Amino acid sequence: MTIAPATTARVAPLKLSSRRRGRRRIAATVGFHTTGIIISLAWFAPILVVLVTSFRTFDDVTANGIASLPHTFTLQTYVQAWNQGGLFQALVNSMIVTIPTVIISLVLSAAAAFGLSRYRVPFRRTILLIMLAGNLLPVQMLLIPIARITQQANIFDTLGALIAVQVAFGIGFYTFVLYGFMRTIPTELQEAATLDGAGTVRIFLQVILPLARPAIAALGALSFTWIFNDLLWSITLLQTSEKLPITAAVLSLQGQYVSSWSVIAAATVVAAIPSTIVFLVFQRSFIGGLALGSVK
Amino acid sequence: MTGTTLERDRRRVSSPPPSVAFEPRRRGMRIPPPIVLALVLVPFLVEAVGVFWPAFQGVALSFLHWNGIGPARNVGVQNFVDLFSDPIFITALKNTAIWIVLFGGISFLAGLGVAMLFQSERRGVGIYRTALFLPIVFSLVVTALIWGTFFQPNGVLNNALDAVGLHSWTRVWLGDSNTALYVVIVAALWREIGYVMVLFIAGLKALDPSVQEAARVDGATTWQRFWHVTFPQMRSVNLVVLSVLIIDSLRSFDIVWAMTKGGPYHSTELLSTYMFSTAFETHALGYASAIAVVIFILAIAVIVSYLVRALSEEKES
Repeated sequence: MTIAPATTARVAPLKLSSRRRGRRRIAATVGFHTTGIIISLAWFAPILVVLVTSFRTFDDVTANGIASLPHTFTLQTYVQAWNQGGLFQALVNSMIVTIPTVIISLVLSAAAAFGLSRYRVPFRRTILLIMLAGNLLPVQMLLIPIARITQQANIFDTLGALIAVQVAFGIGFYTFVLYGFMRTIPTELQEAATLDGAGTVRIFLQVILPLARPAIAALGALSFTWIFNDLLWSITLLQTSEKLPITAAVLSLQGQYVSSWSVIAAATVVAAIPSTIVFLVFQRSFIGGLALGSVK
Repeated sequence: MTGTTLERDRRRVSSPPPSVAFEPRRRGMRIPPPIVLALVLVPFLVEAVGVFWPAFQGVALSFLHWNGIGPARNVGVQNFVDLFSDPIFITALKNTAIWIVLFGGISFLAGLGVAMLFQSERRGVGIYRTALFLPIVFSLVVTALIWGTFFQPNGVLNNALDAVGLHSWTRVWLGDSNTALYVVIVAALWREIGYVMVLFIAGLKALDPSVQEAARVDGATTWQRFWHVTFPQMRSVNLVVLSVLIIDSLRSFDIVWAMTKGGPYHSTELLSTYMFSTAFETHALGYASAIAVVIFILAIAVIVSYLVRALSEEKES
């Protein structure tokens, strides 16, 4: 729409008077920012409504409606969600699942990617594609068998089962991305390390892994949000409500506090905070990772 | 995606002339010591046990009649036959199709639009981009709750309609089978468009700018440059985005489950939600597995074309 009007004017053979060119450029800039601001406001508005609602009292929302400006300010909503709603426990559960899952699956996929990209492993292309294919399978195929397997293994309704499943399902995709990245690392580095007497494991840990750090950081940030935000596996594999991670806990809270929107809004804000922090801290890798991570 | 970003990195890292780069690579790819085989096999086995084995079981289950407790009975393809005379399944199939067309189509077009708008680095563009992709970090449940405040009977939308005197337009958006599906799609779009934008911007950045420049010098208008130059160049990005959107649509579950659980009267039922409630509420495990297999069959064309692309990209380099 308004792609670089300045350069258009410079190169285009059209002979516009300089004043007209200037006016056109200003109009284009104004148009660009107006569109940008309208879109941004439309996208921010829902978040803003929830944020504001979370600080309003029940009576205020009931009397003035959810769309009105706030007449009250309270933190009671957060206290209520945190204590009675059990959000604290839910956040702990989420962390117990998310952090080990991210670490284990990245370690395993980095190892696989290292082997496949740096050595002539037989059938390496086939192995890689099979692993990627596993990640593309619709999760629905796996729900019933995995619920059954975890029951037989006596780990149904445990956070450990959730970790195991998430690791197994994520590995294929992370391996594929890390493989693509690791094969760009020049072989000379590896050869130099070999000549210096480094063994395979040292080459992996001290040469290849540090060089793959950008890709690992991107995948780490992404997978944190994916696993933290998951709903389907938690409601499939967990039954005890005290064990639910925050995403599932917030949803069941909605059932309990059906008319008390400020409490639900507060819970929604709490559930959104951890992944928002990860996003803000790792913003650059995160966006780079999304571009890599288009399979998800 | 992989094709664009990785390839750029590849070019940057392996800059020496091809004749030099080729030789050491061949020698560098040595025969693997046993430890390397272990590094590859352990993750592969983890995935095999956690994904492939259950997937095969899932297919096997689809030929059974089983409630999970009593003895299972082999019924052959009866589950699949039954599906097509099951009105709820037909509704779910239809809704999934609507979901792919509306959710996928609008995400694609709007994502491409905002990517074209916000692709160039200029003042303020960072804020606009952030606004669009911030929702990606929220879970679909959070998204559902956020939009719930809008579409509840006393929510923002009805309040706003009342305020401007359009009381007759107000309704129970999520409780009305005529509107519920579209309301859920709106919420899902809010979260997806920014993601598609990121994919398109990455794709646009990888294009050769000299072609654009040439078209510009030849006097092509902005629209002509987009339609005849940029868009055809983006073929591979378009295919990636389309496959992502179709796979995402077929997998969509969380947002529907959080907003409507497939109701009212199955009006928002997707294959994924119907599969879940059949499995874990009705406990018809064989029948639910058959629905899962249908989802898999629908996804297969996309998955295969995706893998073929991944393979050809792999061979090129």
